[in-house]
Formats: sequence, C-alpha cells, structure tokens
Amino acid sequence: MSITAIKQAPLREHTRILGVGAYRPEIIVTNDDVCQWIDSSDEWIRQRTGIVTRHRAPREVSVIDMAEAASREALASAGIDASQLGAVLVSTVTHPYATPSAAAQLADRLGATPAPAYDISAACAGYCYGIAQGDALVHAGTAEYVLVVGVEKLSDFIDNSERTISFLLGDGAGAVVIGPGDTAGIGPSVWGSDGSKHEAIRMTRSLLDVRDYSMGVGPDAESGESTDAGSESLWPTMRQDGPTVFRWAVWEMAKVAQQALDAAGITAEDLAVFLPHQANIRIIDEMVKQLKLPDHVHVARDIVDAGNTSAASIPLAMHRVLQEQPALSGKLALQIGFGAGLVFGAQVVVLP
Amino acid sequence: MASNEEILTGLAEIVNEETGLAPESVEMDKSFTDDLDIDSISMMTIVVNAEEKFGVRIPDEEVKNLKTVGDAVNFISGAQA
Repeated sequence: MSITAIKQAPLREHTRILGVGAYRPEIIVTNDDVCQWIDSSDEWIRQRTGIVTRHRAPREVSVIDMAEAASREALASAGIDASQLGAVLVSTVTHPYATPSAAAQLADRLGATPAPAYDISAACAGYCYGIAQGDALVHAGTAEYVLVVGVEKLSDFIDNSERTISFLLGDGAGAVVIGPGDTAGIGPSVWGSDGSKHEAIRMTRSLLDVRDYSMGVGPDAESGESTDAGSESLWPTMRQDGPTVFRWAVWEMAKVAQQALDAAGITAEDLAVFLPHQANIRIIDEMVKQLKLPDHVHVARDIVDAGNTSAASIPLAMHRVLQEQPALSGKLALQIGFGAGLVFGAQVVVLP
Repeated sequence: MASNEEILTGLAEIVNEETGLAPESVEMDKSFTDDLDIDSISMMTIVVNAEEKFGVRIPDEEVKNLKTVGDAVNFISGAQA
C-alpha cells in the first residue's frame, strides 16, 4: 500500500542579515572604579585587556528589557514588522530563570506572538549559534524572517573582588533580523564544541548548591563554611582560566576563522571587516596576526568601551562599525564567537 | 635535537619578539614573572611559539610549573629526548 505524499517547506536559496540593532546600558564602569574592588591600575587593565570602560545595567533593567530595545532597532532597520517574524532566538546565559525563556516574553513584547521562540545557551558563541540556526530556518523554509538576539547582563553573575574575569565583563544587547536575500548573504557556519574543557570558563557553583546552602545542608555546610542565606559568596559567579582560554581562543579559533573563510569561498583579502568576539584585545590582536589579515580589513575593537559582553559582543560591534562607517554596508565581514562550553561558531556575512 | 644552549638562545629570541626584552637578559636562573615581568598571556604566546620552534608539546597544566627560564629549557630538552 502506498502512502499519500506530503508537502515539504520550499527551500530558499539565499539568506542575509537585513538589519542590526543595539542597546548599551547607561552605567559606565571605569578602570578606576574596578580598582576600588581589586588591587590593580588603569594602566595595568588597559595593557592586559584593552578595556577602558564597560557598560552595566541597573538592577531594574532586565535581559528582556535590553533585548527588546536592541530588537526594535533591528526590526526598524530591516523594515520588518514583528508580526512577520517566523522565529525569535535569544542567545544568553544571564537570563535569571531556567524557564520560561527570555525569547517567549521578548516575542510577546515585540508583537511577534505566536512566533516560535527559544533561548540558546552558548555563551560567547551564542550569537554565531543564533546566526547558524536563523540562517538554516530561513534556508529550509521553516521561517521567512528570524530575529537573533545576543544579550547579557553579566553584572548579575560576577564577583567584583575576584580577578580572573569579572573586571572584563559588561552588559548589553545586540540583535539582527535574518531573511531571504537575492544573493548569498550568510556563508556556511563553522561551529562546534569541546566539553572536555568545560572548566576553563565556569560558574563557581550550581543552583543546587545554592539551594543546599540556603537550607544549611550543603557539602560546604559540613566543612564548616558559612551557610548564611543571601550572602554574596553563595551566589554563582563566573571564573576563567585565562591563559588556557587565551591559547585556545587564539590558535584554535584562528583555524576555525580560516575554515569559515574557506567555506564561504573567499580569502582574507576579500574581507572588509573582522568581527571577533570581544573577549580581550590581546586575543583580537594575536588572532589578526595568526590570520594574516591585510591592513585594509577593519578590525572591530568595541571591547575598549564595552568590555566583554559575551553573546552581545559581535552584534554590538557590528552595529558600531556600521554607525561609524556606513559605507561598509553590503561589504563582507568575518564574525567568530567562542567561549564557555567550550563552544565556537563563525561565518562570513554580508553586512546589512 | 637541540642542546640546552641552543634551546636557551632560541627561547631568548622568542621572548625578545614577544616582549622586546634583550635576548641576553633571558638567563637560566631568571624568573619569567618576577625578573622578566612576563604576564600569563605573554607566557602563553611564548609557549606556543616555543612548541612550534622546538617541535614539542607543552600542555597548559605544565606551563604553570615553568617558573624560570631554566625550567622551560629543561622541559623542552626533556620533551625532545
């Protein structure tokens, strides 16, 4: 007996980024501010990281608030109404609820309901993971327009007194709209993970530890450590093994970036812009060296003012590049994100 | 296979390239951090360049044991053997 044939969604040949939006929260934290918390100096921080300031959001501003602001600008710049969105993807590791997602609420606020909406947990690679998925959804005919947001409120998950990562981190949101294009606008994604290095960038404890602590029954309670509920030390905050991350980020990620160029069928000569995740200026500079990027390639260094904003850093950098140099619209950019997991993702894109 | 002296000379060149320090200041008993003022990120760059130059593998967990230039020379020498 033969089965009745079913229809499949029609494939779309080309996709592209149609518009970009950004949100930078108002509080500016200087290196002198940081030096009240750790024994350091403005000069030391600039030299080691390139960072001069980072933005942080006040308590009342949520991940969803920041995502909404960036998304509205991205939709307006793309000329797309929220009701046309076929999916809303939010890359974040700092939405403070395991469920429900930030994406579903964002979609509702924007007027995109009932668009499918979900969060992506891929840390500093989150935005490139979102582009990989958004591109695939549009390609496959599953959605016509996809909103991809990278947003972080990292200031909620840091300990100002530790010196492995907290002083690098900032808050912010960036968003893009992906849709059908007349020509190829998003190269093949080169993305992946290496969970064997999950401790290289990590949280100090799990939420279960917080629960056990607060009830005074945790393993640390047995060892005699304080179990005072609400004490800052109970709260999970981020840590990293800087040198290990540096080595991986430069020498392994340079290979991934090269693979993304190869997959798109271009060379570094063809690029106008390099949009690496804004982790540390020394990672960026060393990567530029390893990739042998020609001088004409504009290298995004938004980290100087914005710090490391994890999933938000690439769209924030893209937004800034296009604001400062509108003539780069329509030109080729290589974007690469990498971070906790460890995870990574890279694509060549045509700038909106 | 390089002698310890050759390794020291090669390492000094790498340190010079990364930090601008005079190659002759890179001596066996010098501490990378205390004497040569090399931070952990520069140290990683030196390590990766040394791996390439001497054809050895220096794992991340080994890097923190390389306190002095002599530690690095001995490790590279041992890894080449």
